[in-house]
Amino acid sequence: MAGRRPGHPFSSRTASLLAFFPHLLLAILEGTVAAAVLALSALGLSLVFGVMRVVNVAHGEFFMLGAMLAWWIAKMVPGGPAIGFVAALVVAPLAVGALAFITERLLLRRINYDPEATIVATIGLMFVIQQLALSMFGADAKAVSAPFTYRIALPWFGFSGYKLFVVVASILILLGVWWVLAKTKWGLVMRVTQFDRETATAFGIPVTQVYSAVFVAGAALVAVAAVLIVPIQQAHYLMGLDPLLMSFIVVIIGGLGSIKGSVIAAVIIGLSDGIISMFFSPTLASIIATLAVALVLVFRPQGLFGVPAR
Amino acid sequence: MSTTKLIVPEKKRITRRSALKLAGAGAASMFAGPGFVRYAQAQSSEPIRIGFQVHKTGIGAAYGKWYGQTTDAAVKLINEAGGITGRPVEIIAEDDATDPGRGAEVVEKFATQHKCDVAFGTLFSHVVMGSAPRAGELKLPYYVVSEGHHVASGKLNRYTFQPGITDVRSQVIAMAPWIAKNLGKKVAMIFPDFAFGYDHRDYFSAAIKAQGGEVNALIPIPPTETSFSRYFPQIPADTEVIYHVMVGPAVLTFVKELGEYYGSNHPPLFGFIDSLEAVSLKSPGLEFLEGSYFWEAYPRYAGAKPSEFDTFYRGKVGVDQYGASVSDANDVSTYSHMFGCWETLYIIKQAMEAAGYKGPDDRAKLIEATEAITTIPEGNEHPQGDKVFNGKLHQVFGHQNITQVKGGLGELVYRTTIEEGLYDSTEDYTKMAL
Amino acid sequence: MTARIVMLHGAVILALFLLQFVASDYAVLTITRIMVLAIYALGYNILFGYAGLLSLGHAMFFATGLYAAALGVTRLGLAVPEAFVFALVCGIIVSVVIGLVALRATGVAFMIVTLMFSQAAFLAVLYFGDITRGDEGIVIKDDQRNFSLFGDAVNLADPVLRYNIALAFLALAIVLCLVVVRSKIGHVLVAIRENENRTAMLGYDVKRYKLIAFVLSGSFAAFSGAAYALLFAYAGSTLASIQYSINPLLWTLLGGAATVLGPVLGTALMFLLVDFASGFTSASLLFVGVVLILLVLFFPKGILGTIRQRWLRWLP
Repeated sequence: MAGRRPGHPFSSRTASLLAFFPHLLLAILEGTVAAAVLALSALGLSLVFGVMRVVNVAHGEFFMLGAMLAWWIAKMVPGGPAIGFVAALVVAPLAVGALAFITERLLLRRINYDPEATIVATIGLMFVIQQLALSMFGADAKAVSAPFTYRIALPWFGFSGYKLFVVVASILILLGVWWVLAKTKWGLVMRVTQFDRETATAFGIPVTQVYSAVFVAGAALVAVAAVLIVPIQQAHYLMGLDPLLMSFIVVIIGGLGSIKGSVIAAVIIGLSDGIISMFFSPTLASIIATLAVALVLVFRPQGLFGVPAR
Repeated sequence: MSTTKLIVPEKKRITRRSALKLAGAGAASMFAGPGFVRYAQAQSSEPIRIGFQVHKTGIGAAYGKWYGQTTDAAVKLINEAGGITGRPVEIIAEDDATDPGRGAEVVEKFATQHKCDVAFGTLFSHVVMGSAPRAGELKLPYYVVSEGHHVASGKLNRYTFQPGITDVRSQVIAMAPWIAKNLGKKVAMIFPDFAFGYDHRDYFSAAIKAQGGEVNALIPIPPTETSFSRYFPQIPADTEVIYHVMVGPAVLTFVKELGEYYGSNHPPLFGFIDSLEAVSLKSPGLEFLEGSYFWEAYPRYAGAKPSEFDTFYRGKVGVDQYGASVSDANDVSTYSHMFGCWETLYIIKQAMEAAGYKGPDDRAKLIEATEAITTIPEGNEHPQGDKVFNGKLHQVFGHQNITQVKGGLGELVYRTTIEEGLYDSTEDYTKMAL
Repeated sequence: MTARIVMLHGAVILALFLLQFVASDYAVLTITRIMVLAIYALGYNILFGYAGLLSLGHAMFFATGLYAAALGVTRLGLAVPEAFVFALVCGIIVSVVIGLVALRATGVAFMIVTLMFSQAAFLAVLYFGDITRGDEGIVIKDDQRNFSLFGDAVNLADPVLRYNIALAFLALAIVLCLVVVRSKIGHVLVAIRENENRTAMLGYDVKRYKLIAFVLSGSFAAFSGAAYALLFAYAGSTLASIQYSINPLLWTLLGGAATVLGPVLGTALMFLLVDFASGFTSASLLFVGVVLILLVLFFPKGILGTIRQRWLRWLP
């Protein structure tokens, strides 16, 4: 018994999944939630990556700060989790956005958005933010209450109502961002800047201000994502790495700067991860997923849905 | 025998010559320099220097903070009572970032830079594993407070001890009889998919089998996992007990999702408190744990009738009867592990005094004196309870506790005997060279 | 190769050799470790500094050497010299295979591809936990590290011996690196870094040269990993994590990319910085972060790179 590893592919448990439907249902539900979480956390990175063509390694730390602030605000604001949640939804993006504003002014602008220098600088920023979070908030894991608790009791198992709320909220946020990008003057300015920096300058678009706005918006979006997601996870000062890696994967598979691509990638990854790991060891599923990302990039560098870079 | 020894034993001097060859260097007379320096015998009034390898940053930081607080309290007390062999104790704390690479460097620093007499205090297994070879080579007595099975497994060396806290194997086999008798015999195990989890998997599976029970599902969870619901369908319907041991911050999600999955109708839960150290059982989302059982090395909640030693210990460390900081009720301690620091320091004191320890030249005597320890009585020095030390295994054995969560507090329901946690082993560190 | 270049690098190696006679015990141990890791950084620099390819996944090569050596002596019963060879061979094979795939990507895509491969390697270490013992890792016992060389018994537990072994390896690595960058290969790599298309138009097989740089770099990393495992008797998954992919990048940037001695200097300085900071504060991460940011802002060419730019234009 001791030596057997049930995590191996196609172990006996696969055969013992008698009640297959409930398992599939759970996998799909969980996969949908995972997809929403992925799309939401990757949105900010996608925006920054797409328009500015730089990788913000501190993206995960902005997520972590958003989650930490949600916890801190919930503790400070009286009147229950719902009020704390709403307060955090307002305060966290403002605070994280302000930090991003300072970062953009003092750091990215001074190195002229050089892609490699940006990576190194934001790695440094990542360490600084982690250390500050450790010093200010402590090292223990922090639970944050959902604004409401409702357990959906299915015949086979129960499911969190709040998780479904997160799915709905992310769809709304994604639609909102899509609308801004596609239908407003702001979106047009961003798309022109993304298309070509020189052209944008020629059209009289203040490129540095657009960059500043995009960077701040990206950070604020990830902070909103964190406030929404933290009640189904927990806040911890080292939590940033996971959303960072996952966001990378989503943005790259989806194609640089393509929000639509990111969403489709999030759905594919979220659902496939949930379903693959029903049959294979989850670690093996992650290995397959990371290798898949690498291979997509190698053979289709613009991502599945992106257009080749100019 | 107090002739000054080289830290590198005489016979190894030959290798300096081979070093020369390897480096392709010139005259042997060049080695007349100070080389690898000998230790001078310390003056009797100088403090005993204890290198404290502490997880101030990295994944172990929540533990590190409380290990620090407990260590400071114990050292203060030891010094107030005259120190060790009449010399004051000085703690030299260095952050190892919960990283085995940095951990090894810190041990080197203790041995050679800070000239520590011993090193102590490491918790995370991988840091112990990375650091222990360095301690062994530098002949620095290394007292870990880790609860890993690595020391007793014979993988480490003569200089590494775990005298203040029991190991996972002992904890796990001590739980099996009670679980089989009171909760059920068909156990589904949920454990982290790495070494710590494998010790649980292997030793508990064997132990429950010996009780006539069985593990009906093994559910390993990758350490990088953040979402757990999809694992729960693997728990068979006829499961009588869900055994869960998780590490890392994601445990809060784990419990929440288990609660959502099962609702109020679920098999009894038996968990290890490791994952919920430094986390209040009253945290949002943990309501589901109400009524469930936990292994605790040392119950966080003092209960109605705490021992006088426990009360004394809590008072000195600054922890209230609920296991939280006296200055901040939300600041919950790592109560089931940090006592190991306190007790280990008293073991170091006991062994040093038995060895007539004067300085690093007496380290061999200190090792032998530590190995000679057998029974350890309960007292202010050992508030968790009496213990038995196995000098061959370099591992201590003690009582384990099973608590049940009632109103967000873990109330003691059973305390094992020491014998329930003993196991046979043929490992013997005393046969290794000093 | 000009005389002053030979003299400079010879002097550095000689200084490191002489250092063991005056350095404290702690410095001997610390410098041993720095020298082993500096080999890693030297290799990283061939790819990043000279060929201009920023990899975020070199930990997979370091780990290849680390685990090949550790499992070689503990599971396959190899002697230490055999384990070094075995680790090097594994390193070459892995870097050829990964290189053939990853080099099809360029720019940011190359960074992410290497990051993903490395993450997959890290997860594989965890997945095969029954062999690797996952994050807890493997301790190599003393008797598995003893071997005989030229009739002498060699005990790797001896700090002085270990220092000289590490020094010999580092010296070899520096010389090799110097030879490579001064050779045609080195010049072509720099040309690729400066303008890949033009280099290709001049008739050079760009892909082949990039692969050479990649494999050299990966082999250095693997050898460094093997030395780390065998000299310090431990292999664990932490050493395969992202942190250990970022480290050589930091060291190289600090010392100066595309200078031969830069990575060595950077490794030493970063090490001392962390060691110094952790002595009085638990916020050593903060120090490292701030140093990185300041470097990018004010010394983008690193220390030796800046020195070369301002004063010593002949520095290789």
